[in-house]
Amino acid sequence: MLRLLNLELQKLLLNRTSKTLIFVSFILPFFVILLSSLKINVFGFFTLELGELGIFNFPIIWHLTTFFASQFKFFFAIVVVSMIGNEYSNKTIKQNLIDGLSKKEFILSKFYAIVFFSLISTVIIGLISFCIGLYYSSYNEASIIFSEIEFLFAYLVKLIGFFSLCLFLGMLVKRSAFALAFLFIIFIAEWIVFGLISWQSDVAFASKIQNVFPLKSMYNLIEQPFQRIAMSKFPNKGELIYDYAVHLHELAIVIGWTALFVFLSFRLLKNRDL
Amino acid sequence: MDTILSINNLTKKFGYLTAVKNLSFTIKKGNVYGILGPNGSGKSTTLGIVLNVVNKTEGDFHWFEGNTSTHDALKKVGAIIERPNFYPYMTAEQNLKLVCRIKDVPFSKIHEKLEIVGLLERKDSKFQTYSLGMKQRLAIASALLNDPEILILDEPTNGLDPQGIHQIREIIKQIAAKGTTILLASHLLDEVEKVCSHVVVLRKGVKLYSGRVDEMISSHGFFELKSNKKEELIALLESHPSFGNIKVADQLVTAFLNEPIKSEDFNQYLFSQGIILTHLVQRKESLEEQFLQLTDNNQN
Repeated sequence: MLRLLNLELQKLLLNRTSKTLIFVSFILPFFVILLSSLKINVFGFFTLELGELGIFNFPIIWHLTTFFASQFKFFFAIVVVSMIGNEYSNKTIKQNLIDGLSKKEFILSKFYAIVFFSLISTVIIGLISFCIGLYYSSYNEASIIFSEIEFLFAYLVKLIGFFSLCLFLGMLVKRSAFALAFLFIIFIAEWIVFGLISWQSDVAFASKIQNVFPLKSMYNLIEQPFQRIAMSKFPNKGELIYDYAVHLHELAIVIGWTALFVFLSFRLLKNRDL
Repeated sequence: MDTILSINNLTKKFGYLTAVKNLSFTIKKGNVYGILGPNGSGKSTTLGIVLNVVNKTEGDFHWFEGNTSTHDALKKVGAIIERPNFYPYMTAEQNLKLVCRIKDVPFSKIHEKLEIVGLLERKDSKFQTYSLGMKQRLAIASALLNDPEILILDEPTNGLDPQGIHQIREIIKQIAAKGTTILLASHLLDEVEKVCSHVVVLRKGVKLYSGRVDEMISSHGFFELKSNKKEELIALLESHPSFGNIKVADQLVTAFLNEPIKSEDFNQYLFSQGIILTHLVQRKESLEEQFLQLTDNNQN
């Protein structure tokens, strides 16, 4: 396992483009969160301090930072599709197999890299949230600090799921740009299907169906936190109430997709003549 | 002798096209094999199948008497297919390190193998800065990293300049001299003739011949003759029972033998008949001539 991970890390980290993108996707959100937690003096007119709004309170900070950081996953998605695209355009995938890597090992080495970087990202986000939270939060009892820590786990599952989808698309179309286009098509297709079903039956049923679609199910793991922040400001407004929590069935759906995408990637490679 | 690879009734179809048809042959340890055939005769497909990158349609193959799985067996094989494939943004050394990781070979081999192919001083240059000849030599170094039991080369001199071709051939000869089994696919016949002891001849995916190079055609060779009395010479040859086909091109008369004759006996015989030769060469068909003869015979 370590051998396969090492293999993939060497391929990624010696490539300047992927190194930059990895940096951007994992380090940048962490800096942005860090900066936003500082006091910012806007041209001397007023001082902007997001911490004062209470958004860095436990446990809401877990929700906020994971949601925010997951927006940066697109950069690493580029890395994932290009790590497949490059193997095809350089024909190194063929050479790797000839050199004695099995097709299963090839897919696994990519998957391990995905898990590795997702784990690193989760740890970084976990640490930074914990530190900022400790600094700003008005609550400091352990029970409150670690409540809703499942958002971190949801973040990890969400990243691995999303990148596995990218891995599958990369294997499917072999070209990184087309794979990204495909990703966008899936996004649109999910909404078109949603639209069609809600037109034929009703919206509630359609959104139930949509919730098992790959992209939507990943989004469902960590929903937008803004409404929740508004909710905490205006607790009396009933129409703001929504279900933002991480549910087991949501996790199960995404893990199911992940397994399916990795398996399909392997099947594709196995049946393909290079 | 140990069997390294045995192929039994292998067939590969790409849709309607049958690229390899019912192919069987075995590779024994210590020999240098050539796979000969025109472009599109199924050489690369066959190699692709045994190297696990192309899926077979029917038949089977076994590495090392079938005791190991294909992907483990490939760790004891060194192979280059068509173009050298490496990561352009890595240096030669980094690329070889990657191959070491795949093959579970210590990094210490890198220095030794780069020295064999003469790329040691360029080991820190990126692959994308290499010329085609250097890329091909790096590919050979990479294939040698695990001290393979068999080295598979598919068109190793394709697209190289004469110097590059010469360098690659010298390297192949050196490796062959050390007793490494080599399987060389090529459509360049003189290349195969120069280095191979055994050949497999393919045409349109069908095996026409497999065996030793010098036994490919049962032939006693031919004489190339010149004489000032050309017409008398031809008449004499046509009446002689030992000769079959006779070809005349310009001043040169080529007479094919039906049975072995020594050149000195033949010369003496002609002299006694009053014909004096100005040119006498006895030789066997080159591989190219044999190959064309073989593929022509099977045309219909």
